[in-house]
Amino acid sequence: MLRVDNSEAIPVEFSPELVAKFDDIVSRYPEGKQKSALLPILHLVQAEFGWVSAPAMDKVADYLHIQDIEVYEVATFYSMYFMRPQGKYMLEVCRTGPCCLVGAEKIMDHIEQKLGVKEGDVTPDGLFSWRGVECLAACGYGPVLQISPEYTFYEKLTNESVDQLISDLKVKASN
Amino acid sequence: MARKLLLEHINVPGINTFDVYRSKGGYAAVEKALKTMSSDDVVEEVKKSGLRGRGGAGFPTGMKWSFLAKPEGVARYLVCNADESEPGTFKDRYLMTYLPHLLIEGMIVASYALGAKTSYIYVRGEMMPQIRILERAIAEAKNKGFLGKNILGSGYDLELYVQPGGGAYICGEETALLESLEGKRGNPRIKPPFPAIAGLYGCPTVVNNVESIAAVVPIINEGGEEYAKVGIGRSTGTKLISAGGNVKNPGVYEIDLGLPVEDFLYSEEYCGGIANGKRLKAVVAGGSSVPILPANLFMKTITGEPRLMSYESLAEGGFVSGTMMGSGGFIAFDEDQCIVRNTWNFARFYHHESCGQCSPCREGTGWMEKVLHRLEYGHGKMSDMDLLVDVSKKIEGNTICPLGDAAAWPVASAIRHFRDEFEWHVTNGAEAVKRNYGIAHYADPLPKPEPAA
Repeated sequence: MLRVDNSEAIPVEFSPELVAKFDDIVSRYPEGKQKSALLPILHLVQAEFGWVSAPAMDKVADYLHIQDIEVYEVATFYSMYFMRPQGKYMLEVCRTGPCCLVGAEKIMDHIEQKLGVKEGDVTPDGLFSWRGVECLAACGYGPVLQISPEYTFYEKLTNESVDQLISDLKVKASN
Repeated sequence: MARKLLLEHINVPGINTFDVYRSKGGYAAVEKALKTMSSDDVVEEVKKSGLRGRGGAGFPTGMKWSFLAKPEGVARYLVCNADESEPGTFKDRYLMTYLPHLLIEGMIVASYALGAKTSYIYVRGEMMPQIRILERAIAEAKNKGFLGKNILGSGYDLELYVQPGGGAYICGEETALLESLEGKRGNPRIKPPFPAIAGLYGCPTVVNNVESIAAVVPIINEGGEEYAKVGIGRSTGTKLISAGGNVKNPGVYEIDLGLPVEDFLYSEEYCGGIANGKRLKAVVAGGSSVPILPANLFMKTITGEPRLMSYESLAEGGFVSGTMMGSGGFIAFDEDQCIVRNTWNFARFYHHESCGQCSPCREGTGWMEKVLHRLEYGHGKMSDMDLLVDVSKKIEGNTICPLGDAAAWPVASAIRHFRDEFEWHVTNGAEAVKRNYGIAHYADPLPKPEPAA
């Protein structure tokens, strides 16, 4: 399986505003320990570009004065970084035990049917993707989902609340 | 109603802001510690309190602090473990969302005790809203002179930062967390050296759970001995329990350790019983990695004693008939739930979250998931149960970090206590995909123990 999809990877530029945010993060660590900024910087890159492409990772490596591979191995290890483009809104539904006791699997079936795309795929309008993720530490409020890039959180889901959420997002996207 | 040491003011409007938190007596522990106590005094109070790590392992916090190496001229670090990811556990999310200043106050006092000048709160990356809440609260505290240079004129300097994770359960293991904080993959380190000697950037480091750090605040305010009067035996103080699954009132509850499980599960003050009038089939008492127990063994120990919510009582009977307090992630299963399906779900979780460093865990978790999947979907064999136990035993104790144990225990305990349900999945494969085994005898009163010969 190809973990890093470069088919849509185009050269990226980091704006001065984005680099200023990187600088602020780097200032939190002792001199010479700037690699500690890697995870937070990858989150900023993903929020900016929607995913973490190979050219973006190379630029992060340059910025932090580390090898490219040090960025690749981290980006592919952690589950939050997208290695290929996703919908504008990624719906991540908790699929772990406690949420399944209160109906998470039915919610995922409903989302699949509602959006008409399989887990990990993007809707033709480019607006939505969805996937099951492991425990989101909200087991008392299940079923739950979060939506990147803001990671806003939705609790005690029902088919109706999911429908409402999706239509609200469509309105938000068209404004 | 028991006194709340952590959540006393949680319902006060605006308690997440500095001013309201302060008006309710907040940051008094910082004033007391920095103005009237030496750092060793603070460590001593925490030792006296008997506080045990609230993240899962239950190691005495004061003792962990006293192991910290203090070589001259070398920085020391305090890192708060807010990578809450254990299925069933959501207490730290709750605490950070509603009482961010309690955690910050605890971080200041604990950092002072350890002599740390820079401290980090490592929050799991998915909790971006909580990260924003903490960053805002830190800015407020700094603005009021409780962080930064020369705090309250004491001469003590502290900078506090929030670090997001990237989505990996393994980073809740303290050395994996430190690797991640250094910008690397979350692969646990081989110990020794322990973080107290060589932790973050190779410097002496203490890693403590959110709830442990928060508990330092009442310990300093009231004194370690007063704190230790709450609770029972070596389970001192209060504990946050996250109640989920099929309980009527899911949520986070602060209990005095030693509360009878009967009261916790069935009183309206806490869980309020099982939702929809159903019966209890099984309980995972301390997060997904602790052994699952059938209702009858959970409510009473094998000797017929009512079980209590304490480290010792939950562990009574060892792994033969007991479980663990763990992180306080309490998951109740009603009579309609399928233990095989849940065990498969947990096995999938651990397979997904194994970092891949150690072969027994990397390979074993995958095999357990596959075998459990075929059992759940009606293609299992009678030999599968022994196979699963065999795989789990080959993982347990044979890995660098406890994730291997955490993956092995739920599988081994499910087969130990629910073997007939697994066998039914084999003998009635077609039926098992359509309906569940039900409560069977799992809530029946236990036979009276045989009198000692």
